[in-house]
Amino acid sequence: MTTTPAQDVQPKTRGQRFTGAAANYIDERTSISGLVKEVGRKIFPDHWSFMLGEVALYSFIVILLSGTFLTFFFEASMVEVHYEGSYAPLKGIEMSAAMASTLDISFDIRGGLLMRQIHHWAALLFVASIGLHMLRVYFTGAFRKPREINWFIGFVLFVLAMAEGFTGYSLPDDLLSGNGLRIIDGMVKGIPVIGTWISYLLFGGEFPGVDIVSRLYILHIMLLPAIIIAAIGIHMLLLVINKHTQFAGPGRTNDNVVGSPVMPGFAAKAGGFFFIIFGVITLIASTFSINPVWVYGPYDPSPVSAGTQPDWYIGFADGALRLVPPGWETEWFGFTWSFNIIAPLVILGLFIAIVAFYPFIEAWVTGDKREHHIADRPRNAPTRTAIGAAGVTFYAVLWAAASSDLIATHFKLSIEGVIHSCQALLIFGPIIAYFLTKRVCIGLQKKDREIALHGYESGRIVRLPHGEYIEVHEQLDDYELWKLVSYDDYKPLMVRPDAQGRITVGQKFRASVSRWFFEDRIAPVSQKEIEQSKDEHH
Amino acid sequence: MADDHGDTAGSTAAGKDVEQHGAPAHSAGTAVVATDEVPNPGFPPHRPRVTDLDPKVDKQQERRVSTMFLLSIVGSVLAVVAYFVFPIEPGNMQSVRNNTLFLGLGITLGLLGIGIGAVHWSKALMQGHDLVEQRHGTRGSEETRAKAVEVFTLGNEDSGFGRRTLLRRSLIGALVVTPLPAIVLFRDLAPADNPVTLLKHTFWEEGMRLTRDPSGTPIKASDLTIGSAFQVIPEGLNDSEHRIEEKAKASVLLVRLKPEDLEVSEGREDWNYDGIVAYSKICTHVGCPVALYEQQTHHLLCPCHQSQFDIKREAAVIFGPAKRPLPQLPITVDSEGYLIAKSDFTEPIGPSFWERKL
Repeated sequence: MTTTPAQDVQPKTRGQRFTGAAANYIDERTSISGLVKEVGRKIFPDHWSFMLGEVALYSFIVILLSGTFLTFFFEASMVEVHYEGSYAPLKGIEMSAAMASTLDISFDIRGGLLMRQIHHWAALLFVASIGLHMLRVYFTGAFRKPREINWFIGFVLFVLAMAEGFTGYSLPDDLLSGNGLRIIDGMVKGIPVIGTWISYLLFGGEFPGVDIVSRLYILHIMLLPAIIIAAIGIHMLLLVINKHTQFAGPGRTNDNVVGSPVMPGFAAKAGGFFFIIFGVITLIASTFSINPVWVYGPYDPSPVSAGTQPDWYIGFADGALRLVPPGWETEWFGFTWSFNIIAPLVILGLFIAIVAFYPFIEAWVTGDKREHHIADRPRNAPTRTAIGAAGVTFYAVLWAAASSDLIATHFKLSIEGVIHSCQALLIFGPIIAYFLTKRVCIGLQKKDREIALHGYESGRIVRLPHGEYIEVHEQLDDYELWKLVSYDDYKPLMVRPDAQGRITVGQKFRASVSRWFFEDRIAPVSQKEIEQSKDEHH
Repeated sequence: MADDHGDTAGSTAAGKDVEQHGAPAHSAGTAVVATDEVPNPGFPPHRPRVTDLDPKVDKQQERRVSTMFLLSIVGSVLAVVAYFVFPIEPGNMQSVRNNTLFLGLGITLGLLGIGIGAVHWSKALMQGHDLVEQRHGTRGSEETRAKAVEVFTLGNEDSGFGRRTLLRRSLIGALVVTPLPAIVLFRDLAPADNPVTLLKHTFWEEGMRLTRDPSGTPIKASDLTIGSAFQVIPEGLNDSEHRIEEKAKASVLLVRLKPEDLEVSEGREDWNYDGIVAYSKICTHVGCPVALYEQQTHHLLCPCHQSQFDIKREAAVIFGPAKRPLPQLPITVDSEGYLIAKSDFTEPIGPSFWERKL
């Protein structure tokens, strides 16, 4: 930093001299040049699906900015006040200070409603983009070694994002959020042994009490964001250490990263993308209303409006509650066992546990200890893709069930019919999705193989001298061919006796899971096959 | 071919594995390691963009990018202008809408101008072809790992952590026990009472009048026509100290049916008054107010999870996840003809809890 490069003979402008001096000043105190050298020209591969994680990161920044603005005006207190703000229909009505200050933000502070709506829309986008980002990582196998831990951290972020969403949603203390809390209270009370006490301590007495808003507030603006920021930090650090995955392509291997350097291409694109995300959220927030709490009114335990809906990401949990068949509650040993609550909790717990630990399960099945940096095309891992499709279907049915009443009214169906259909779909939907997806994947693999070996249909019909018509097939060039033939292939595990000549139960179990995963497989086209097919065609 | 354990030959297949610095090669597990792979064709030839070839287009793109940045400035200025030009007038909803809309649109332009400009700059003017960086195994080099092991070994020898078992175990014991006070500390999140006792009683007591929600005016039996329904709270609830908490337990739905339509079970013969019945409004599933009454079928529907209760059959569950009927409030009339409670509910209302039957 202190020496001038020899080739730089031109006299420096004042700006250049200043930049040089400033950089020197900082480096001599921080040795930051090492970091710039290390990170500045790091290569990031490009693919549209890689931006989903970026959307999540940038919407989180928007949430932090807009949320900070809201904290300056929001009063996290359940003290009863008479509303005296400028929204006429609620004038003089008793409500909590939280609700009143939310109304003040909406109606008495310039830009307040805009900020509230930016905050809410950004939060919805945050959770949605994390979900899509996770699906991208799952379906391309980007969670494989060495990224299993980072998958898990991402999963934790997803759960934290939902927790942030729910705590934030509850803060205005309006009728809708109060009913949401009522449902949480009812669920907590259904937990065996400790439920009653957890609810009592959480609400600081009987529901709803006067403490819950301030308690959720401190979680919402301090504890949860602090953990999220720390987890994002580790997530990013591991991303830098592991480097990004890339899709198979000519010149790309498991040993290299191909893309644009951080400085300047990627930085400009990513930085610009942040402003685009912020801009789009602001555009939505300035034109579409969200969570109009003044329409719902303050919380009162007695009324509730029909068609109540939670924010979209809580839907799957609400749907699970709705799909429990009647009568799932019993008394054993004098205690009440609310299986209508325990069952959804356990099933959802298992579901998200499978999501959290899937990378470790697949690693155990394949026994593959190599590092993988080439993202799979979903079709080339048919069983994984099929499991994913089954999981998505399961989630989607629960999610749809959370709107069972709206589905019934919109499509003029009976509510019982909708619920029963959802119950059947919850069980059979994932099974159907599994088999369908697996067949589609294998079909696509076969098609790839066909194209790799025999070329693609050119649409050109030629009549041969002896009268036969044929369609001319064009061969792929080497670059296109490579994308079709370059993927990892696994076969089922062969059970073999260990050193003592025994076959353990664990081995057998692993072999059967492995068979399930890899029995149906389409091997990648080999060079020999390509040459053979060329001979046939010429 | 590959098998479960340590088949090292396979993992050096062309272009498939991460370079390892003297580290053992990793098992490929059940992966089929290709021996006859189609070779990687290498990078396709670089195709220059128009901006790379034509300085005029390059200049034009540069102007476009800076136009976007200028538009951004215009947007931000417009946002500031909108803040003052579209103030909020108390009571005027349209002014709130205008303020939100124009302030928001100005900020949007300010942000999108920068964003689209920067991305376009990157795409059209910055280096167009891909660069390559080599990966290295994530695992630390053997040398580094040996150093790390040495650090721990030295630490262990110096402290005697492995050797001095008594010391180690007592430390672990102490660390396990330390968090205990934290658990106790959280007891006072809620008052000293026992929640189980509280959950078993509501505001209702013998002789208390049924009043309209939310006005609190008492209800005469003659106010109810057959088929009509009232939202009810106990008399005096509006003045109670814990109004909302009490209301969350004491809310009642009052319905009048033809006396002969009611199926009354043994012991509840005198709980209704001339076909007027009162049921807790708090769902026995997770506690939402069961607010939707279908006059024709005499069914109550919970809007949250669609549990349905049949008023004719003592609010028995006929559909949905709830298990128990809504608890019935025994009622009668006083000397002035006003409806009164004969007692509190005879069982805990609302969602089930562990100690409900104790």
